[in-house]
Amino acid sequence: MEKNVCVCGHENPVGTKICVNCGRPLTEEAKSQKVLDMKYDGSAIRSKTYNKSIVDKVWNFFSSVKVGVALIIITLVVSSIGTILKQEAFVAAGNEAGRAAFYEDSYGSFGKLYYTLGFSDLYNQIWYLVLVAMLGISIIVASIDRGIPLHKSLKNQRVRRHESFMKRQRVIAEGYVPSSDSSKVLDVVEEKMKKLNYKVRRDGEALLAEKGRFSRYGPYINHVGLIIFLIGVLMHKFPGVYVDESMWIREGETRAIPGMEGYFLENKQFIFETHDNDPTTAQIQQGVNAVAKNYQTDIVLYKQAEDALPGQTDNLEVVKEYSIRVNHPLEHNGYALYQMDFRLNELKEMSFQLTNKETGEALGEVAVDLRNPKKEYVIDENTKVELMEFYPDFSGFNNEGEPQTLSPNPNNPAFIFNMITPEHPDGEISFVAIQQTVEPAGDNTYKMAFSGIDTINMSGLTIRMDKTIPILFVGGFIFLLGLAIGSYWNHRRIWIQQFENGQIRLAAHTNKNWFSIKKDLDAITEHAHLPQYIDQLDDEKDKDKDEENDQEDQKN
Amino acid sequence: MDKKRKRSIIRGVILAVLLVAIGFTIYSSFTKDKVELLAVGDTAPDFELVGLDGTKHRLSDYRGEGVMLNFWGTWCEPCKREMPAMDRQYEAFKDQGVNLLTINIAQSEFEVQNFLNNLGVDFPTVIDKTRDVMTAYNVIDLPASIFINPDGKVLKIKTGEMKEADIISHMEMIKPE
Repeated sequence: MEKNVCVCGHENPVGTKICVNCGRPLTEEAKSQKVLDMKYDGSAIRSKTYNKSIVDKVWNFFSSVKVGVALIIITLVVSSIGTILKQEAFVAAGNEAGRAAFYEDSYGSFGKLYYTLGFSDLYNQIWYLVLVAMLGISIIVASIDRGIPLHKSLKNQRVRRHESFMKRQRVIAEGYVPSSDSSKVLDVVEEKMKKLNYKVRRDGEALLAEKGRFSRYGPYINHVGLIIFLIGVLMHKFPGVYVDESMWIREGETRAIPGMEGYFLENKQFIFETHDNDPTTAQIQQGVNAVAKNYQTDIVLYKQAEDALPGQTDNLEVVKEYSIRVNHPLEHNGYALYQMDFRLNELKEMSFQLTNKETGEALGEVAVDLRNPKKEYVIDENTKVELMEFYPDFSGFNNEGEPQTLSPNPNNPAFIFNMITPEHPDGEISFVAIQQTVEPAGDNTYKMAFSGIDTINMSGLTIRMDKTIPILFVGGFIFLLGLAIGSYWNHRRIWIQQFENGQIRLAAHTNKNWFSIKKDLDAITEHAHLPQYIDQLDDEKDKDKDEENDQEDQKN
Repeated sequence: MDKKRKRSIIRGVILAVLLVAIGFTIYSSFTKDKVELLAVGDTAPDFELVGLDGTKHRLSDYRGEGVMLNFWGTWCEPCKREMPAMDRQYEAFKDQGVNLLTINIAQSEFEVQNFLNNLGVDFPTVIDKTRDVMTAYNVIDLPASIFINPDGKVLKIKTGEMKEADIISHMEMIKPE
């Protein structure tokens, strides 16, 4: 590969705009500029140098700022579209068809399109993840591609720069100092610059004062933070790092906790309390009778013995008892269980009176625990009720006339009882459901008269665990650190050369905040009696203004 | 030339590392949602549950023989439909070293026993009262059947109703040699 050899003899990598050694502009474009483009200090952006193999082409694609900006904008737009309608994770429907129907029913044809295009589960779409991943690659590649040459160029800076470099800086000064100061002018400048916290280097009659070089690394530090943050987010997808599960648990029930292996939860009771105030005006306007005060689940957390297998629940150890309330989750081992939802008054027990239909005489009461029904309920020696069938969620009869149950939950319990009484020692069979009784054998003497219910409450809990939080925190901190370094500090450089005839040439550059570097320049100019500097861009603006004025004059 | 080669290699390596990391992340996030955590070829998680007859059933006790696990509930119609065929094949295969263990999801003994009696089937059944085993096997939809070979490896995961021919061919798969 050809090298770009400068007049001074230094070999620069191809693509270099400004000679690393002496500062002469190397490209025609740079030579034609009145003020040099000091981005990356004129070093060669690596991707611009080779474009041969596939690897180079892929590399160059991701290195491009245009591509990076496009990726950012696309990600931004797509992500915001994902916030228009609620995401699938928050839709109560249990299956795919239900969710599809939800979007169409709730939001019409827009909802259908939204669902079809995958925006309803955007953050899990493969193309969305690919988009974010490409953004990540773009940040990494572009940083490597620009950061390393910039670092090399800043590290290898020479004190002495060529006239063509100095003259093409934005702020320059040329002239003579009073002859009395002439011999020690650079010493005076050096002393003063050091007081202003500049780092000063001398090379014969050339001087370079530099301050805040580290601020040039701000954007790269910022990118490192961003990458760490992204890694943290992507780590959510690995098993054992991130858990976000939910569970329903009834009072009195003990369940394995999803996502939290080896742990079990018992729901002692669920408490729902309201403020017992008289409804306020606002409450009446909104149709709210009572304002919730407390949602609470009293639980016991159990742990299986160390070597226990799934399903072995006879040796559970109590870990702790706790009352989970809103904002007061149960915390254990990095896991947190939050109170999220509740269902009141689910049927737990139904009571029936075994009643003589004619006389109305009751032989006794039978209470059926709907979660754990028994085979028979004995009232006395000659009287008992056998439970023949139980359908917790009765939904009608199938084609063969068999009663069906829709779910294991006692939403609409139905029973087939065999009532054994002194009059009927072989029993009378009765099908009993809510507001429905069928007597297959015709007319029974006895009936199971419904006499009461007992209910329980259910708690909806979510289980969360996130081991990536420290990573996200570190990433976020580095991100902000880089941002601050890049924003609140500036890289200021002042080059001064003194010639044998006593002439002084000065050039100054900063990556931002020209106002402050001019203040520094004012201070040394006054202190060392240097010639007054000029801002070449101000000139241009003035010229532009002059031209505008001319044009306006002509119009007039 | 050497320098250029070196640069190409460095770039290639960086890009490859990034692609592998991202590819793996995306792949694993998709397998998590769409497929069971338990995969064919995994060792089936050992468990112990109490059967309707009061005895304890532990999966590892069947080592050396094939096991078909079947998760079900009484409200699940497809579960009910495939049970008579399962029972017939259980009878046919049990002398050839293939076992059937059906796992009911947290229902009462009354309901489970009654349901099986009505169907007239007679295979070993356990109840997963705390849903611990269901969670360990990441069973979401019922019925779900898992075929485990004599070495304890999962050879087949089947969600949904099975035809008798499928049951036969899968049981053949896990038969000890």
